[in-house]
Amino acid sequence: MLVIKNLHANVAGNEILRGISLTVGAGEVHAVMGPNGSGKSTLANVLAGREGYQVTEGAVLYQGKDLLKMPPEERAREGIFLAFQYPVEIPGVSTTYFLKAALNAVRKHRGLPELDAMDFLGLVKEKMRLVEMDQALMNRPVNEGFSGGEKKRNEILQMAMLDPKLAVLDETDSGLDIDALRIVAAGVNALRGPERAMIVITHYQRLLGYIVPDYVHVLSEGRIVKSGGKELALELEEKGYSWIEEQQPGA
Amino acid sequence: MDVIEAKKFYLARYADFERALATAAAPAAWGGAIRSGAISRFAAAGFPGVRDEEWKYTSIAPILDVPFNPARSLGDGLVRERLGQLDLGAPVENRLVFINGRLSSELSTAPRLPAGVEAGSLAAAMRRSDARVASHLARYANYDNQGFVALNTAFMEDGGFIFVPAGVVIEEPIHLVFVALSADGAGVCYPRNLIVLERGAEASVVETYLSLERSLHFTNGVTEAVVGENCRLEHIKIQRESEEAFHIGTLQVQMGRSSRFTSHSLALGGALTRNDIDVALEGEGGDCTLNGLYIAGGRQHIDNHTRIDHVKPHCASRELYKGVLGGRARGVFNGKIYVHKAAEKSDAKQTNKNLLLSEGAWVDTKPQLEIHNNDVKCSHGSTIGQVDQDALFYLRSRGIGRSAACALLTQGFAGDVVARLPDAAGRAAIEDRVRERLEAISGDNGAS
Ligand SMILES: Nc1ncnc2c1ncn2[C@@H]1O[C@H](COP(=O)(O)OP(=O)(O)O)[C@@H](O)[C@H]1O
Ligand SMILES: [Mg+2]
Repeated sequence: MLVIKNLHANVAGNEILRGISLTVGAGEVHAVMGPNGSGKSTLANVLAGREGYQVTEGAVLYQGKDLLKMPPEERAREGIFLAFQYPVEIPGVSTTYFLKAALNAVRKHRGLPELDAMDFLGLVKEKMRLVEMDQALMNRPVNEGFSGGEKKRNEILQMAMLDPKLAVLDETDSGLDIDALRIVAAGVNALRGPERAMIVITHYQRLLGYIVPDYVHVLSEGRIVKSGGKELALELEEKGYSWIEEQQPGA
Repeated sequence: MDVIEAKKFYLARYADFERALATAAAPAAWGGAIRSGAISRFAAAGFPGVRDEEWKYTSIAPILDVPFNPARSLGDGLVRERLGQLDLGAPVENRLVFINGRLSSELSTAPRLPAGVEAGSLAAAMRRSDARVASHLARYANYDNQGFVALNTAFMEDGGFIFVPAGVVIEEPIHLVFVALSADGAGVCYPRNLIVLERGAEASVVETYLSLERSLHFTNGVTEAVVGENCRLEHIKIQRESEEAFHIGTLQVQMGRSSRFTSHSLALGGALTRNDIDVALEGEGGDCTLNGLYIAGGRQHIDNHTRIDHVKPHCASRELYKGVLGGRARGVFNGKIYVHKAAEKSDAKQTNKNLLLSEGAWVDTKPQLEIHNNDVKCSHGSTIGQVDQDALFYLRSRGIGRSAACALLTQGFAGDVVARLPDAAGRAAIEDRVRERLEAISGDNGAS
């Protein structure tokens, strides 16, 4: 589904990603772990197509197509979803209106008819139950005045609505208490399936107790320095990131 | 035409008009003195130029280039046929429709209003020598040194006349619709409205200006409103004429003691649009709110001029104008708050915010406070900015295309002005228009 080959990327003139290679198949869940500043969000943003991230080397193939050539909206319509580490507040735009616009844009691309108001509302209600989100939030501007937990649930709600093929979750666990974490993880798990791949970015092992990955990769200074199965996350938790860094040549 | 030629042209048209009036079957019984006074002021003062401080950012040369003859009136049958499915806008009840400045009773919905309330044609009121018209008309909108107001006053024939007697409250808005259509060549209309609220009366009035087709025409309108003691007036103006049209409009408001006036001005159309709102807080305890939204794309030019005079003490004014400009459009906001010497405890706040959607768009913003009393609370501020890039990426990452995403963000920006419109004035329909307009201008990056 996704093949990243020797990806190098600059932000504001500094090389942040320094040769990442990663292959993600349908149905797989990959965890990407790493210390703050190691480039996790940069990788997520490059995959989602954010402006200001310059790819200087390497390639990304998504379903056999050159992902880096597509504008962000096309990536989304083709099934890539990024759950933001810091969801953006959008004053004056109601959550309902936003969700409807997004859903219909994606459906149109997939050759599906637009949903009418009734069907849309039915779908939103169903998906909101999944993340135990308060319906009152639907009439409020997107993320404006939402608590940290509400923002993260809203990300998972959007993911559930848009039905992506590849979801990238960027520190969806950060800032959540244990109850919220459980709800968010349950929402994500409900969306796991043989057709869907996920890249779960996290700083801590905690989330991976709930969303059990098939593979774990450790990112450090813009490179994947270690890959393994789910037990790697536990090992990291125990020994800390310094353990990985100490193993690096030159460290 | 240069200004001299243009002045000659309009004076010659006035001579024709005066001749026609003299031979008309039912000439207005009075008003001749007002007309001749106004045309002689126009002859003396002429058109404003860019050296005129109040017209610094708006050149009227494109208007003067076109020899606009007074737009002809057309038979109702022909008009109905040509109007076809044109959406005249909400509200539909109490809707008076003016075609090229003249009331069409056939297209209007006869107002159902409380006894004593008048909502009809100014021409009819003038013909029957209505004393209420005589005592107010042309007494407030100053034509001494405002060329366009002078021309309107000289050429005025019809428009809305709304009179609400003391203590009467009208719940449903009265809707005045001005449709411009070209009969033969480029035409100009001079709609003239008079709104009089006696002590304690309440009303709301919507003025909608639209074009039947994309053709060159010019609307030069004036509305005078007298808001008596303890009155409430809500005034909504929707300017959505075509992108070829020229529009110059003046709203002059006189406010009495403890009265309340709210204006919503939405300028969405016109090649060149200039809206002047001039409010005089002439009684203690008056409360004035001006809300404005201007949306321009392509090569549109929209100029908003407001002036609020705090003449008496203890008055409050709140002003919020927002502009969204795309393509190579130009916007102007020039808002003056003038606090007179006697106006202690004045409380004034003025805000202007602008969103530029393209490199080619431009706005001149000039908030002005002129304060001649020390015991006041006044503030003003203005901003010019672009669409928030983080928000734009967020929307695009959800599959919403760039231009739709920009439109959505600008809708969010514009939304709080539209949200202030009263429901009864057709807010939902106006929201749709605003959305359409924003979508239309969002795609144009102004590069060509
Ligand atoms: N927009 C930006 N401008 C400048 N530097 C940035 C920007 N985004 C990220 N960086 C830098 O890139 C590095 C990696 O950041 P990031 O990808 O956010 O790390 P992580 O998500 O792993 O904590 C950091 O050194 C950070 O300062
Ligand atoms: Mg991060």
